[in-house]
Order: sequence, then C-alpha cells, then structure tokens
Amino acid sequence: MIENMKSWWGSGTPWIWLNAGAVSISLLLVLGILGMIMVKGMGHFWISDVYEMQYDEGKPRVVIGELIERAEIPLNLYKEVEGKDKPENTEIIERLLIKSGNREQAADFQWIYAHNITSQSTPEDLIKLERLEWGNFYGYLKNVQQAGNVVSSEDNAWEELSRRFDRVLELREKLEALEKDEISSINYGLERLRLKKRKLELDKNDTPENLQEIKDKENAFNAKYDIVIKQLNALRAEISRDSAGFVTSSGSVITIPLKMLVSILKPNEMSVFAKLGHYVLNFYNFIFDDPREANTEGGVFPAIFGTVMMVILMSILVTPFGVVAAVYLREYAKQGPVIRLIRIAVNNLAGVPSIVYGVFGLGFFVYFLGGNIDQLFYAEALPAPTFGTPGLIWASLTLALLTVPVVIVSTEEGLARIPRNLREGSLALGATKIETLWRVVLPMTSPAIMTGLILAVARAAGEVAPLMLVGVVKLAPELPLDDNFPFLHMERKFMHLGFHIFDVGFQSPNVEAARPLVYATAFLLVLVIILLNLSAIMLRNRLREKFKALDV
Amino acid sequence: MSSSIQKSTAWRQKRRVLIDNVARYGIGFGGLSVILAIVLIFFYLLWVVLPIFSSAEIHSNQSFLMSSSESGKTVTILPEESGKLAMRLTDSGKAVFFDQADGKTVQVIDLELPEDLGVVSANLVGLQENWLALQLGEDKLFFIKISYRVSFKNDQRVLTPQIEYPFEESLLSFEDAIKSYSITLDEEKMTLSIMTQDHEIKLYRYEVEEGDELAEAESVTDVESQTAVDISLLDDQSLWLYLSNKQGEVSVFDISDIETPELVSQTKILPPDEELSDLKLLIGGSSLLAADKHGDFSQWSIQRDQSNNYFLNRVRGFKHDNAIIHIQSEYRRKGVLLLDSKGTLVIYHTTADNLIAEHHLLDTKAEHFALSARANRLIVEDEHQQISVTKIKNEHPELSWNSLWGEVTYEGYSEPDYIWQSSSADNDFEPKFSLVPLAFGTLKAAFYAMLFATPLAIMGAIYTAYFMSAGMRSWVKPGIEIMEALPTVILGFLAGLWLAPVVENNLLGIISILLILPPGILLFAVLWQKLPKEIHYRVPAGWQAALLMPVIALLVWFAIAAGPVLEAFFFNGSLRVWMESEFGIGYDQRNSLVVGIAMGLAVIPTIFSITEDAIFSVPKYLTQGSLALGATPWQTLTRVVLLTASPGIFSAVMIGLGRAVGETMIVLMATGNTAVMDFSIFEGMRTLSANVAVELPESEIDSSHYRILFLAALVLFVVTFLFNTAAEIVRQRLRKQYGSL
Repeated sequence: MIENMKSWWGSGTPWIWLNAGAVSISLLLVLGILGMIMVKGMGHFWISDVYEMQYDEGKPRVVIGELIERAEIPLNLYKEVEGKDKPENTEIIERLLIKSGNREQAADFQWIYAHNITSQSTPEDLIKLERLEWGNFYGYLKNVQQAGNVVSSEDNAWEELSRRFDRVLELREKLEALEKDEISSINYGLERLRLKKRKLELDKNDTPENLQEIKDKENAFNAKYDIVIKQLNALRAEISRDSAGFVTSSGSVITIPLKMLVSILKPNEMSVFAKLGHYVLNFYNFIFDDPREANTEGGVFPAIFGTVMMVILMSILVTPFGVVAAVYLREYAKQGPVIRLIRIAVNNLAGVPSIVYGVFGLGFFVYFLGGNIDQLFYAEALPAPTFGTPGLIWASLTLALLTVPVVIVSTEEGLARIPRNLREGSLALGATKIETLWRVVLPMTSPAIMTGLILAVARAAGEVAPLMLVGVVKLAPELPLDDNFPFLHMERKFMHLGFHIFDVGFQSPNVEAARPLVYATAFLLVLVIILLNLSAIMLRNRLREKFKALDV
Repeated sequence: MSSSIQKSTAWRQKRRVLIDNVARYGIGFGGLSVILAIVLIFFYLLWVVLPIFSSAEIHSNQSFLMSSSESGKTVTILPEESGKLAMRLTDSGKAVFFDQADGKTVQVIDLELPEDLGVVSANLVGLQENWLALQLGEDKLFFIKISYRVSFKNDQRVLTPQIEYPFEESLLSFEDAIKSYSITLDEEKMTLSIMTQDHEIKLYRYEVEEGDELAEAESVTDVESQTAVDISLLDDQSLWLYLSNKQGEVSVFDISDIETPELVSQTKILPPDEELSDLKLLIGGSSLLAADKHGDFSQWSIQRDQSNNYFLNRVRGFKHDNAIIHIQSEYRRKGVLLLDSKGTLVIYHTTADNLIAEHHLLDTKAEHFALSARANRLIVEDEHQQISVTKIKNEHPELSWNSLWGEVTYEGYSEPDYIWQSSSADNDFEPKFSLVPLAFGTLKAAFYAMLFATPLAIMGAIYTAYFMSAGMRSWVKPGIEIMEALPTVILGFLAGLWLAPVVENNLLGIISILLILPPGILLFAVLWQKLPKEIHYRVPAGWQAALLMPVIALLVWFAIAAGPVLEAFFFNGSLRVWMESEFGIGYDQRNSLVVGIAMGLAVIPTIFSITEDAIFSVPKYLTQGSLALGATPWQTLTRVVLLTASPGIFSAVMIGLGRAVGETMIVLMATGNTAVMDFSIFEGMRTLSANVAVELPESEIDSSHYRILFLAALVLFVVTFLFNTAAEIVRQRLRKQYGSL
C-alpha cells in the first residue's frame, strides 16, 4: 500500500492533478465573473416586491422598501458598531440592506438587523414611484389632486392616478419634442449665425448688406423662438396641473406633482407575467432612455449611441488602411530583414498600453492637428476650440491607430493562407497583379479581413483609458448625430459605455444607488463584446476549414 | 475592323498596365504611410519629451545707454510681463517706460507724489508684481500700481502704461528714519516690517479695505532681537519674519500673532569669519537663500524636529568660483538667478538642484537687476547707466535627472525622499516630480498580478495542452481566451466595487483559499485513486479538470465560510485589526491583493494562450519517443516537452508582463491611487499609466507637468515594446527550431 502510494507520488500524478486544478480555477473564475455580471446585470430590471416591516430597535418604526442584500456580520463587528453585546437567542447577526427610497427625507439605503424585525408583509396597495428627481418613492396613495384640490381619495384613487399619469406622459412627450428638437435647433442656428458674423468681421467682409442678412435670419429665429416658448409654457402649465398625496413609512403625507414621476407601480399586486412584461419594458427603457440624476438612473442610450458611432467611424478609418498596409507587407514589399522587422514592430504595437495611444492622440491629434485646423478653418470661434478639443473624430482616429495592428495581422494571416497556385493561375491567364489581387486574392481574404475588423471593433468597444483623454465625457448634452446641418458633428464630445461604468461606479456621489445600473451597463458591454468575439472566432474557423481543402 | 479591335485591345492593355502601376505605387505609398504613422507615435512622444533635457538659452544682445540727465537716477526697474516694455522709476518721481527691444522711451509719466520729496527706494509689495511701495524722503511710504492697457491698432498689440494710486493716495509716515523695509499684502491685511536707521525692527499691521485709505496701523510691535540685525525679510503670507546680520546669525520669528512675535529658532548659517553677501527668500517664503563672500550659495528651509521645535536646515547648496553678490528668486518657480562679482549670471533651480546655465553678462558693476514675472527677461543697469536686456529661455528648470529619479529634500521635509505631488493651486507650491514612486507602483502592481497569474496560467496551459482530452480542450481553450476580450474597465469595476469589500470582510477566508486549495486537490486525487476501478473506467482520461471543478467550488465555499469563525477564534474577530495592532501592518480597502487578482485575471488568458500554443506544438514524435523509452507522461513533460517549449513560455510571460505594466483601468479603479512606496500587499499604489490617465486632462499644454506625463507614456511605450520584441524574437527562434526538429 505504502509502496503503491510512493510510486503514485513518483509518477508525477499529483502534479497532473494540480495542473488540472489550475485549469479548473481559471475556468471557475471565467464562469464566475460572467455569471455574476449576468445575474446582477439582468436582476436590475426585475421588479421585486416591496416589504413593509415593523422594526424595533429601541423605538419601533416602520421600514418600507426593497430588499437589496443580506449579509452576515461577525459578532465583534456588531459590538464595535452598536456598542452592545449580541441579543439573546440569535446565533448569527444578519443584516439586511433595504432600499427605502424617499431620498428627500432620509438616506435612501439603510442597513437593518434581521433580529430586530418583528413582522413583515407585502401589502398589495404599496406603491413604488420612479421619479425624475430624488430617486424612488415608496408609500401608500392617499389622494389625487388637481390644482391643489383633492379630486379623488376613495378606492378609485389608483385608477384616477393612472389615468392622469397617462396624460402626463403624453404631455411630456410633446414637451420633450419641443425642447429637444425645436429649441435646440434654434439655438444651434443662432450660434451658427454668430459665428458667421464673426467670420465676416475677420475676413473684413462685414458689409452692411451681409450684416443685414444675418440680422434678418436672427430675427426669424427669434420670432420662431417666441412662438415655441409660448407653446412650451402652455404645455408646462398643463403638465403641472395634477399632483397626488402619498403616505410615507413614517406616516407623514407628502404631495408629489405628477410631472415629476417616471412610472407608478404596485409591485406586490403584480403577477409574474405582469412583472415579466415590465421587465422587458424596463430593459427597453434602459436601452433607449437618457440618463437621469447624474447618470445613476434612467437609461444609457447616449452611451450606446456614442460607442456605436465611434466604432463605426473607427471601422471606416481602420479597414482600408489596415488592409492596404497588410497587402503591401505581404504582396508588394520585398521580403527581407527590414520587412521582418516591420512585421515584428507592427505585431508588438498591439501590446503597447492603450493609454500611450491616448497620450499620443491628445498631444498629436487634439492639440496639434485640431489646434491647427481651428486656426485655419474655425478662426471665428476662437478662442473657443472647435476641433482643438477632445471629440468624436479624435477618439475614432486614436482607436483606429490602436487597432490597426489587429487588422494588419489578421489580413496578413489571411493572405498567407491563400495558396500560391491560385495567384499563379490568375497571373498565368494574363491578369495583372492588381487584377489578381482584386478579383482573386482579396475576395478570398475577406473573411480574414472581417475577422480582423470584428476583433478591432471588440477591442475598441471595450477600451476606456485612451478615450478618457481624447473625447469621452460623463454627460454629453448633444448626440454627435442630429438633424442640424451638417448632421454628423465629429467635433462633439460623446458618451461611452465603458466610461459610463467607470464614471457611475467610481465618481458618482451615491454609489449604492448606482450599483445596479453599473452592473446592467457592464452586462450590456460584455454581451456585445463576447458576441463580437465569438463571431470572429467562428468566422476564423470557417475560413480555416475552407482553405484546408485548398492546401492539399 | 481588326485594326480597330487591335487598337482597342492595345488601349485596354495600356490601361491595365497603368492601373497596375498606379495600384503598385498607391499601395506602396499607403502601406508605408500606415507604418510611418505607427512609427510617428514614438517620435511624437519623443519630440514632446525632448525639451525637458534641453538646457537654458541666454541671449543678451540688446544694450543701450540711458540718458539719465533728463529724468533722474534710476531707483528701480520693473519689466512688463509680456516682454515688450519696462518701467524705470527715477529718484525725481518719473516713471519712464521704454521699449525692451531698442531702449527707446515710449512714455514718461510724472508720478503724483503727495509731497515734494524724492523717491529713495522702491520695493515690490509681496507677490503683487505690479504694486510698488516707494520710500519718500527719510520716513514716508507711498504706493503705486502699474498696469498696462492692451489695445489693438492695425492688428498690432499696443500697450499703454497706466499708473494708479491704491489706498486713495495714502501716505504712511513713521517716527524713525527708514533704512529698509519689506511688505506683504493680501485681501485683508498689509504687514510691514521696517528696519530703522538704528537697526531696530518694527512690525506694522494695517487693515485693508478695497478702495479705502489706509487707516492708522492696527498694531505696532517692536521685535527684540538678541543679535544685531542688518537684514529683515518677511514671507508673503506674513507668517515668518527672518532677521539676520552680516555674520549670518539668522533669527526666525513666528509672527502669525503679530502682536507677540515669537522667536522660534536661531541659527548661524555661515562658518566663522565668513560674511553674507546677500540673503533673500525663495518664492513661498519658507526657504532662505544665502550667499557669502567666497561664493558659497545655500538654501535653508524652516523645519520642525521631533519635539516640534522649528529649526533652519541647510537643504542644498553649491560652491561658485566667485563671490555671489546678488540673489534674485523667480516669481513663479523655485528658481534663482545669481550674479557674481565678475559679472557672470548663474541660473539655478533649487528643487532640481540643477545648475542650469552660466553666462557672462557684463564687465562693469551692476546697479539694478530686474527679472520679469515669467523669468524670461532680465534687465540690468550698470554703474554707467548702461541698460542691457537679456532674453532667457528656460522652460523646464525644475526637471533634471535628479528631480525625476533621485531623492530630493523638499521644502518642509527633513529628509530627502521620493515624492510625486504635481498639482499646484498657486505659485508658492513646490511641485514634486519624482517618477520613482510611480515606477515603483507600476512594478508592484505588475509583480502581484504576475504572482497570481503566472502559476495558474502556465499550469493550466500545461494541463490543457498535454493532458486534457481533445473534446474538452476544444471548449476550454476558447473559454479562457474569451477573457482576453473582456474590457478591463469591467474587471476594474468588479475589483473595486465588489471584490475589494469582499476581501476586506473575508480576509482570512481569501488567504486560506490559497492554503487549502493545493492540499485539497491532492486529497481528492488520493481519494479518487482509492475509488473502485469501475468508476475510473466511466471517466475517460483527461477529464480531471472537470472533476475538480465542484471540488474547488466546495473548498472555496468552505474557506469563506470558515474564515469568520477562524478569525473570531484566532485573531480576536478580525485579522485586519489584529495585523494592525500586532505588527502595525496597515490595510487599504483597495490594495495590491485586489489589484493582483483583478489584473491577474486580465493577464491569465494572454499567458495561457501563448504557453498552450508553445506546448501543444512541440512535435509529437518527441513525446512519443520519450514515452516509448519508458518515461511516464509526467517525466516526458518535465524533461522533454517543457524543455523544448521553454522559450515559448518565456515569451508568454514577457507579453503578460508587458500587459500588466501598461494596464490602466484596473489599477485606476481597484487601487486608492496614492503614490506610496510600500511593498505591502495590503497597501495600494499609483502606477504610471493611471497617473497619466488622471492628470493629463488637467495638465496645461507644454508645461513641465505635461511633458513629464508624456515622458511617463514614453517610458511605458519603450518598456512594453522591448518586452514584446524580446518575446517575439524568442518565439520566432522557437518556430524555426520546431521546423528543424
């Protein structure tokens, strides 16, 4: 037996097991991370029950809110924090994190001890309000008011509230349309006129006729502005009409104007299917809404939009350059030590830290190129920079530079895989080199080019460090694409999913409130990137299969 | 007919050749320019960094004679900031503004002096560069303010000098004749220290209201000095009063309570028999600059010792060949201009301990010595009323090899140290630009990440490439590799917001995972061995990793669950508190342990993937030969496979290291970003990359700070590029070697 054991040790089998353990740990880490992001990210959209708890910690009070987290804490920590020994008949101290909302009255998250809860229930008429400001509200509906007069406080108050809330939603849509489209395009037009005037002055072209023309246009805008403002004011008066009274957990009554509400729900009353419906709705809103409350609530639409815009611009820049460089290296350049060196250098650039590209982008693109463009073409806006400040185009260029090695390497690999005899066949039939390339080689390389591009996009979408220097901001008031001429505003700053995670998770004042949103954003980003990578892997595998046949 | 066809084919042929040629050159040009663009990164970074290392340039070519007869003798010269004009104030109360380029008088303003007294001397008021206090007659002080109105005429900038009289033309009269005085002014108060003709020191404090006359002094205090006094200096926050005599006996008074000046330190800063030639304050007012008759120059900074007593400490100095007769500190940097007895100008920077330039300025004796606010123009008037303007180009005096990479004694510090502290709210601040703590932080983060990642990745790769069944391998490899694509911002966020608190609350549990996993796995292996053969046959070879997954999950759960119990039992409830109280080991929530794990995760796929490739592509006949000779699989692995693949593994580690060194988001989010030099795993760090990400957006273009951040980026670039190139060359060699086997 002992002999047996000794030979088992001697054979190295334990080492094999330990190596297997390393694989298992790595796999568990991967699965754990992905799983956690998925669970926490998807959980953000679920509508959980709202509890009402009788809580006794010396003096009794009522706690209303959603349960966020349960945690056991060590006894000594309890003693340290509370200054007293553990209560009788409890073995472990359990703490609950309750999201009790109502931020205007008290902290919206509170830790309570499980052993102090005397009773808990989920009353059906508990109401959860999502608000434009101050976060969620939890409480009971007391009455519905119109212009300060109570119009309903009976059993049908909820129906009345829902009806009036739908009206508010309609009005808000109109309001936002006016504010976002009309007002912003008027402001944009006025700003352009101001710049035009300044340009005329700079060019010594400010003849009275020219100035009059601008003046007329300005007047037209101002007249339009007056009309829109009147409409806006009317709508604003309309939307402020209704309000509702609510009872909070402490028994006080507060009145909330309906225009401040985003959604009204009775979570405890909802069936699983209703919750599922709302889950989808929440997810939809998350994708298509603007952020609220310093990005800690609402959606991430501008961030998604910014990320996509940047990636598209980057792809347009990186593909031709990457492919041309690869074709040059593989097909045209004389293969020798110099080209080998260049190839190594290009390969290695993929390993240069991304922040270095950011530094280069800021110094060269933004300050040098952008500064000179401003001097030459946008002198009328100076000293306010147009292109001489971080913006979308510079971010795209920086990332194009960052990802061009990926495209080059992938395309080169694709070119190398194409058998010689295909090229020779084409040349033997009298085709020129470029014809061979264009008609035979490149079409066959296209999956490799695609693979490179997809990998480049995946890398660009997840990259944050360089973007912090060359164009990403926490909150961009305007999207880089809108209906104001010239429609695509490449000089604008933009929002980005990755930076959104960094910003909301680490720079927002209320991290606890922001956490679920960060997980949801992270989940979205991971999903996109993993899908992109998987498609790249699949494309590559298909490509390899395809050319295996040709190799023989 | 046929000829037309021939013609058209010939034409087509030509066109095709033309297109082919255009494409050849087009692609050549495009390809080369992309490669050039990539190379440009390096050269652009270098171009921004290079000025750091260039030395100062001094041009003194404008020199002109002042006709002193018309306006009187010069009392002081005050250059205007942009370098166009300068003012010469004369004893007859005239302000003569002249062009710095040719010395031509632009404008003469007769000062409206309250009484018909000559101007005896003029002093700058504290840091207000354009406020002057004038001594009129023997015992009166009067204030003027010089400003320049900017206007544009024919697109040319035109400066029009103006003189205002602050404090409603207040004239301060004193009982005793004034020998010398210094003044500081802020928004609320003005402090004045006057040395009378009898070398007695009096302190005056005035309340200042904007636009109001100066009222009677709020307090007048006699300062009792135990030694004779020849020089008195006041710092610009009016906290310290420095008195000294020619022998270099310096008394420092704490005058934060103006009515009771407190002598806090008395130091003789010169050797016996030596005599001071000049004594000035460095900007900020907490350092004295002293020069003696034999060319010794030194900086003395006020510090506190352990028992909280102040003392003057000699921070640094140097010996010059000739006596230094004049010291002039810069107004916005910690730089000094010195003039020696032979007329040589010496430019020195204190923090960097950097003798920047020496330049022979004049052969005659200098009477007036004026430096512009930006320290780029020096105007000197000599004994023959000859005025010369010297242009100084000295952009980055604070940067030297020593200030970037060496230990520096900063003002207020008793010992030399490596410190990174770049932000500055005002000019008084001494920027601390030591890259050492940042480089240290970078290496520390990379070290802990590699400590976590290397064993896991390499062992995992060995198993995957050599022992794992093919079916499982086709899933495991891409599964781990997909992690490489995971954005680091997500890893950083998880590390900072989830892992850091978890580790903090379960410290013992996390540590014990490390301790129980290897024996746990081995124990399971032994138990597995003991199981009946039937079960063995059901699980094919190469599936150990799958078997181990639930075991490891269970062990981890056990460690985390047992952690608090063990902590309560052995460490009084909290390992953290226990470490702190027993060994004084501090604990940051966002520490190297967290960074090591998170960044390790980012590095594992890189190392794993390359190592796996290297091992997997070891030619099969080598291993088969070894096995056929009777070696066990493990022996074959260690003696044949690993030996052959070792260059590949080396290159994998190098590339992983390159990635860990440059990673930004994880360290930014998972550490506290404090630039400490402590190797403890429970403390945080600040890395080069995170530092660049945090500070570059706020850095002013082309400032020293900006260039240093570029230097940090360049260092990162070069280091990672070298790592990767080494790895790549090793890998290519390996490929060749496999080819020949």
